[in-house]
Amino acid sequence: MKERLIVIGNGMAGMRTVEEILKLDADAYDITVFGAEPHGNYNRIMLSPVLAGDKTIDEIMINDEQWYVDNNITLYKGKTVVDINRKARKVIVDDGSEHEYDRLLIATGSNPFIIPLPGHDLDGVIAFRDIHDVDMMIEAAKNHQHAVVIGGGLLGLEAANGLMQQGMKVTVLHLVDTLMERQMDSAAGKMLRQSLEERGMEIIMPALTKEIVGKDRVEKVVLEDGREIEAGIVVMAVGIRPNIELAEKVGIHCERGIVVNDTMQTFDPRVYSVGECVQHRGETYGLVAPLFEMAKVCANHLVQHGIAQYEGSVTSTKLKVTGIDLFSAGDFTGDENTEELVFQDASRGVYRKLVIQDNKVKGAVMYGDTIDGSWYFDLMREQTDISDFREKILFGQAHLGDSGHGDENRIEMMADSAEICGCNGVSKGDIVNSININKLLTLEEVRAHTKASSSCGSCTGLVESLLAHTVGGDYSIAPHLKPVCACTEHTHDEVRKAIKDHELKSVRSAIEFLEWNTPDGCGKCRPALNYYVMCQYPDAESDDSQSRFINERAHANIQKDATYSVIPRMWGGGTTPTELRAIADVADKYKVETVHVTGGQRIGLYGLTKQELPEVWGDLNKAGLVSGHAYGKALRTVKTCVGKEWCRFGTQDSTQLGIDLEKMTWGSWTPHKYKMAASGCPRNCAEATIKDFGVVCVDSGYELHVGGNGGIKVRVTDLLTTVKTDAEVLEYAAAFMQIYREEAHYLERTAPWIERVGLAHVKENIVDDADNRKALAERFHFSQSFAQDDPWEARAKGAEKHEFEVMKNINA
Amino acid sequence: MSEEWVEVGSLSDIPKLGARVVNAPDGDIAVFRTADDSVFALRDECPHKQGPLSQGIVHGDRVSCPLHDWKIMLDSGNAVAPDEGCAASYPIKMDGETIFLSLTPNEGCPNKD
Repeated sequence: MKERLIVIGNGMAGMRTVEEILKLDADAYDITVFGAEPHGNYNRIMLSPVLAGDKTIDEIMINDEQWYVDNNITLYKGKTVVDINRKARKVIVDDGSEHEYDRLLIATGSNPFIIPLPGHDLDGVIAFRDIHDVDMMIEAAKNHQHAVVIGGGLLGLEAANGLMQQGMKVTVLHLVDTLMERQMDSAAGKMLRQSLEERGMEIIMPALTKEIVGKDRVEKVVLEDGREIEAGIVVMAVGIRPNIELAEKVGIHCERGIVVNDTMQTFDPRVYSVGECVQHRGETYGLVAPLFEMAKVCANHLVQHGIAQYEGSVTSTKLKVTGIDLFSAGDFTGDENTEELVFQDASRGVYRKLVIQDNKVKGAVMYGDTIDGSWYFDLMREQTDISDFREKILFGQAHLGDSGHGDENRIEMMADSAEICGCNGVSKGDIVNSININKLLTLEEVRAHTKASSSCGSCTGLVESLLAHTVGGDYSIAPHLKPVCACTEHTHDEVRKAIKDHELKSVRSAIEFLEWNTPDGCGKCRPALNYYVMCQYPDAESDDSQSRFINERAHANIQKDATYSVIPRMWGGGTTPTELRAIADVADKYKVETVHVTGGQRIGLYGLTKQELPEVWGDLNKAGLVSGHAYGKALRTVKTCVGKEWCRFGTQDSTQLGIDLEKMTWGSWTPHKYKMAASGCPRNCAEATIKDFGVVCVDSGYELHVGGNGGIKVRVTDLLTTVKTDAEVLEYAAAFMQIYREEAHYLERTAPWIERVGLAHVKENIVDDADNRKALAERFHFSQSFAQDDPWEARAKGAEKHEFEVMKNINA
Repeated sequence: MSEEWVEVGSLSDIPKLGARVVNAPDGDIAVFRTADDSVFALRDECPHKQGPLSQGIVHGDRVSCPLHDWKIMLDSGNAVAPDEGCAASYPIKMDGETIFLSLTPNEGCPNKD
């Protein structure tokens, strides 16, 4: 018989946990859910838009009742669990029925705090917590003119805004003199107050309420200073309290919330708890993102994978009031050890403050223009060293060399027809519709349904912003730790560490050791695992060709008509008449449809069939031409100019330097494609400053630039250092390539990798620490001693025949 | 109608988690081998943009198309939701290690004319 799981609470945290359980192992439990509210599971944070009339109840339902039926979940709605017999392992319901469990999940959420003022129990005094409260407010708006909201925090202001949208005159009473003081500093709070007042909201603060007056129903609110405010409805939004009543009653250890460990287990090992009712490492949470992170961890343990750990959440907040943009995250007040960076433009209504400690972002407050909120949040969570762009950080990510989009990134202002994903032709309207119709909540879901950002990925940030904008601000769209893919909970870094620590020398052993939830991974994780294993154990013959994307398996680039392209290497962009003749002969012999000079200073032959490839390679090999790896996540080209050998401006022999660099690095596999260049003078004709590693020769030596790329999101390199000799250039080039190979995530180019870890980190490891630089370069050369084999030569001589020959031809 | 079985090779001709191509009169057919040595045959054309499924990465009971990463079920040829479409599937019969293929596609998926 299956084990029985009972979930107390039909809210977002409980049901998210159930969803995660179903995803991991749909047959793990017989699941029974008790919910006090008479609905399915809805998105509580979207109550504000419902109140404001921007959304309907149906639009915010996450799981309708059919979902429970489809997944064999027994739902008792409108039923309250009143007692738990932990010894006999059963719950007792208000209708007297008893239900046994093997595992119990308490997800009772929180209760709004009602100040016990005189008159708090009058009709018309409500909280802002559930659909019922929203119904009451909408009803009140029909019969009354004035509303009072007690509490000028996030929830109070959203309630006040909604009531105004319903046509009421609203007064907000706030105890202290800054609105949303838990999320904002006084400067941003003032700007917020001003724009709310411009919309017609009356705000009184500091305001201490004395009593609520009325006969049967509320009529007015009286302040301590004697002022009286007319009120047809009073909304108390002064905070929430974890709902621990039941847990406390049955003796489960509680403090402010139900105390859980890092696996979301309470002091009773059979009882787990998630959501707003829990207290974890002394913290309680009232936002959605942490609940989702908890749900994931809890599900992982309930299905007995036993590998996930909840380490607490860093949260950010946005206010869901149309037309008002504010963002706050982390510690935005600071202390004597922190510094503040502030940007303020009162007439444009823009304010940004970052709290910095040791060149790392500790907290952020933004008002008016919050497009960079998620960027600051990422910098904060990743603890990126910002010293290299500190002077520009307040102006936003668009000013960091990403010259591709800049102002166009302001998604809110985009028209519905604006194209977001250029690869798949997906417009803003397409994405928003799909999010609304299919109730999408994560980036992966948006990718699956719309294809947006599923190809080159350069619009991922835009799609994430759009998702945040459409489904509600305080979703943490990018979970702190992104798993490699849906096959696992593990992050790239965890996978790499396990491969190293546990000597996992094959894709198969990694999948088994790390307990992937699919039998042999997928097209996304297998190539990543294969790369990580090869990078760690270059000498172990660990390469698994079936885990490589077709281009790297066939050593040629698949084209849209299933033919292939062949691009031989031209060292440093140089070639000879013999090589050119060989290329021309091949083009004739195989009737090549297109001969094209590539962007990497070489020649591509297009339209070859797979069967022809080994023969073509054989012909090219005879003239000394080898694979150019134009198909691989590998060293591609080293672009050069003719340097001082010919150019009247040249300062060094950049051509020979390029050839030396290419001879050293060819054949190496990297997390993503890797391009280099060497320019002979600062005129930089080889465009070295948009390459992964670029050398700009100057009279006194060589400037080394890293982390650039062309493409949709152009990023100009950062200057790593300047060196004197070409030997040093080679050592730095090897060391930089190796640290990128060892640290970047698969399919992460040097540009986003450097933005993630910070240039300072790279400098520390390569420029400041000569021993480490040498060690990195040595590891690179060791790896190269196995990698520098021309894959074309072996295959021209008959290796991997099955890859290139048809199994059978049964054409008559 | 009676099935006509064509011998196309042996199990060891196909790498585990891989595929080979059979040239057939109505177009190429991809023959797949999974991790547990099950063999499946599909028309070598993704329902999306005719990508060669034989060149994709095989995982579990599906293959990822090399062109745009659609996932196709190896047994039915159906695209994995939310994508829609299917590649015709062909019956396979094993005699020991020897693979026999029928050129009459299974019902349920409109075949290419």
